[in-house]
Amino acid sequence: MESMRARVLVVDDDPALAEMLGIVLRTEGFVPAFVSDGERALAAFREVRPDIVLLDLMLPGMSGIDICRAIRAESGVPIVMLTAKTDTVDVVLGLESGADDYVVKPFKPKELIARMRARLRRGEDAPPELLTIGPFGSQITIDVPAHLVSRNGYEVKLTPLEFDLLVALARKPRQVFTREVLLEQVWGYRHAADTRLVNVHVQRLRAKIEADPERPEIILTVRGVGYKAGTS
Amino acid sequence: MPKPGVSLPLMRLRERTWSGVRRGPMRHVLRSGTTVGTAVRSRWRRSIQLRMVTYTVVASSILVALFGVFVVTRTTNSLVHAKLVSAKDQIQSGAATAKSYLDQLGQHDESTASVTMLLIVDNLSQGGPGGPVPVVLLYPPAGLTTVAPANSSSTVPIAALNAALVDLRETVGTSHLAHQFVSCAVVNGRPQPCLAVGIPVSSARAGVFQLYYLFPLTAEETAATVTRNTVLVIGAALVLTLAIMAWFVTQMVVRPVRLAARTAQRLSAGLLDQRMEVRGEDDLALLGAAFNQMAVNLQRQIVRLEDMSRLQRRFTSDVSHELRTPLTTVRMAADLLYSNRDDLTPVMARSTELLYAELDRFDELMTDLLEISRYDAGFAVLDAEPTDLVPTVGRVIRGLAPLAEHAGVAVEVRVPDVPVIAEVDPRRAERVLRNLVGNAIEHSEGRPVEVTLGIDEHAVAVTVRDHGIGLKPGEEKLVFNRFWRADPSRARQTGGTGLGLSISLEDARLHGGWLEAWGAPGRGAQFRLTLPVRAGARLLASPLPLVPRDADVATAVALPTAASTSVVATERSGNTTVTVAATNSATVRSDDRTVTVATTSSAADDPTTEIVGPGGDAAGERPPVDADAAVTTETLNDMVVVDVGADDVPGTIDDAADVVSIHRSAGRG
Repeated sequence: MESMRARVLVVDDDPALAEMLGIVLRTEGFVPAFVSDGERALAAFREVRPDIVLLDLMLPGMSGIDICRAIRAESGVPIVMLTAKTDTVDVVLGLESGADDYVVKPFKPKELIARMRARLRRGEDAPPELLTIGPFGSQITIDVPAHLVSRNGYEVKLTPLEFDLLVALARKPRQVFTREVLLEQVWGYRHAADTRLVNVHVQRLRAKIEADPERPEIILTVRGVGYKAGTS
Repeated sequence: MPKPGVSLPLMRLRERTWSGVRRGPMRHVLRSGTTVGTAVRSRWRRSIQLRMVTYTVVASSILVALFGVFVVTRTTNSLVHAKLVSAKDQIQSGAATAKSYLDQLGQHDESTASVTMLLIVDNLSQGGPGGPVPVVLLYPPAGLTTVAPANSSSTVPIAALNAALVDLRETVGTSHLAHQFVSCAVVNGRPQPCLAVGIPVSSARAGVFQLYYLFPLTAEETAATVTRNTVLVIGAALVLTLAIMAWFVTQMVVRPVRLAARTAQRLSAGLLDQRMEVRGEDDLALLGAAFNQMAVNLQRQIVRLEDMSRLQRRFTSDVSHELRTPLTTVRMAADLLYSNRDDLTPVMARSTELLYAELDRFDELMTDLLEISRYDAGFAVLDAEPTDLVPTVGRVIRGLAPLAEHAGVAVEVRVPDVPVIAEVDPRRAERVLRNLVGNAIEHSEGRPVEVTLGIDEHAVAVTVRDHGIGLKPGEEKLVFNRFWRADPSRARQTGGTGLGLSISLEDARLHGGWLEAWGAPGRGAQFRLTLPVRAGARLLASPLPLVPRDADVATAVALPTAASTSVVATERSGNTTVTVAATNSATVRSDDRTVTVATTSSAADDPTTEIVGPGGDAAGERPPVDADAAVTTETLNDMVVVDVGADDVPGTIDDAADVVSIHRSAGRG
């Protein structure tokens, strides 16, 4: 997929940063497109049909959070937030509105490219694999190569990241995954990163697949350790 | 059954005691008794009103009682005195009458005398001078054998009268008018106080008779009783009135005070709109008004501070964003230049390298400054979740591995068998640990760094120990100051922003935890982070000691740099550790003995060291102690303990005159 020169939509109001990002992205073999105004971001998204979106959280016009929600409403495309804020409220808000990952300004170009590549790296040649998790009666079926998740026969729409997270847990039911392991397996972080990424995405995933997200049966929390998939 | 009203409850209680086979009810009674006592005591401590009323009742009761006793005594005394005066008058005139009869008696005229005496007593009792007398008694003189008669109307038996008047008769004798209060049985068979008056009556020929009048004091006693009861009732009413008045007066004062206290509590709980009701213009109204004024000022201040905090927060956030965006661009540009520096001229390439490296520092500094300003603005939020600190420490150490490798420092970790799980903010905990371990590596001067984890019921702790130059007395507090550096000349060599420990301290405080430092010159330093297992719980103790175990007994010496051989020795009973350390060092572990031998540049030719454990062949009473010899296999065939505190066996290690003595190991065998 990378070899096909991935299209990147950069939503940032700072012209210098946008231009610099463009230079770096082109050097790394991406095809960047730019939009500086929040109002026009969604139109640009539909026009460019990017493989990945780089989104500044603080934008004039429409806020990054709103754009994130709007894009997420119509697509599961990976979204990486560029944020200058590290406060939990801001980070969690961004993640909850649908971003897959975030990098904190000032980031190193290598770090950004690594994050983007991790989001773009998708298992293409997955062998036929059908996973089933959850307690009897409310089971979740995952068709890995088809990227299909169904619950009681109805399809559940997941973003690629949520799908990866679910598959990672479902492939080894009963095994407890620490947040760090999930960060490495799903997000591609080699070193320690923000465990809030995992927390927020597990919550989002639960909201989609659990009958009652307050009392999860499919993705269970193991206090002090991490998460595991529930089995029948 | 004279007093059934009293004995009944007692009997009932006893019945209960006996019937309660398991003694349950009794125990219950006892327990409720103590709880009542406790309740009363606590009420007493807490209620001014109760105390005021009690004081008033006690004080007024004492006063009223004194007054009552005084009044009753005075009344009784005056009544009795009046009676006495009249009785004396009466008996004197009676004596005159009696004398006129008795003067007619001849000597030894027994029969006439007895008749005359009977006549006299009846006459006097029925209405002699001064009115009738209840009891009249006339005793004959010693010469006559006639029985002393009493008047026939007397209700008192003559024997009782004789017994009652024994003392008085002695006093009266032949010449005195005297009186005495005696008891004579008159009313309802109960002894009644009586006033007895006696007077000698001398007849012309028959000798000296004694005349006695007895007046029952019934009327006087009744009067006294009435007075006493009146005083008692009035006194009780007075005390009660005073108690009620005290209650109301204190109520008047205490109510606004209690109201003020409650309002203050609500204010401090954050309900800033709470005010006191102000009525009238008296002192209490003044209190209310002053209180309200204070509340208004407080509210204004708090609102102002909140506004400032919000502004500061906005400012921090804005500065953060405004600074970070251009920095990102600069950073990316620098990175691009840096990765292509081979194409540049040497001067340009070096400039690019400097630019690149300094941007890292700039970034760190800005991140730290923003973090500390976030704490200063008071809006750092604890994002606590149950976290196992063992993998956290592992991550920290892996992350710092390049730094440790560069510094040639080994990092040892000691973890308990159980997971070290506590409700902490994982990002902050990791940041603190990264700071502590990073600091230790930077300051350990090539010696190993020990990271120890501990947990108990209430707290988790991590200590980070280094064996570097240590801290001077007082510095264990200073290290947490912003931009503080142990040695200003070292500032440029070591990295870090100078804010790391300050932020770590704030991080620890945000958890309700502790971050403390211990250090001594030449003995290294130890930092201890203690965090409560449950977020927000109060810490009382730490599972790990702040002062390392090898520091309390150990004595350490930093040797002069000329010899450049420092000897650090530890001696504990049966367990010996010798550490000889200097610029070049080698660490050898043998059981639980660690010997680090280091040589100076002059002695560095062969820094091979071998440890011969306990039981090795002793080479003599005092091993050679110069630096070269000390590190050779032949001479160091037993543990050597350098005990600086003792001065029994003086010795030297080369120029190291500070090392006072060297003797054989106590830990052999």
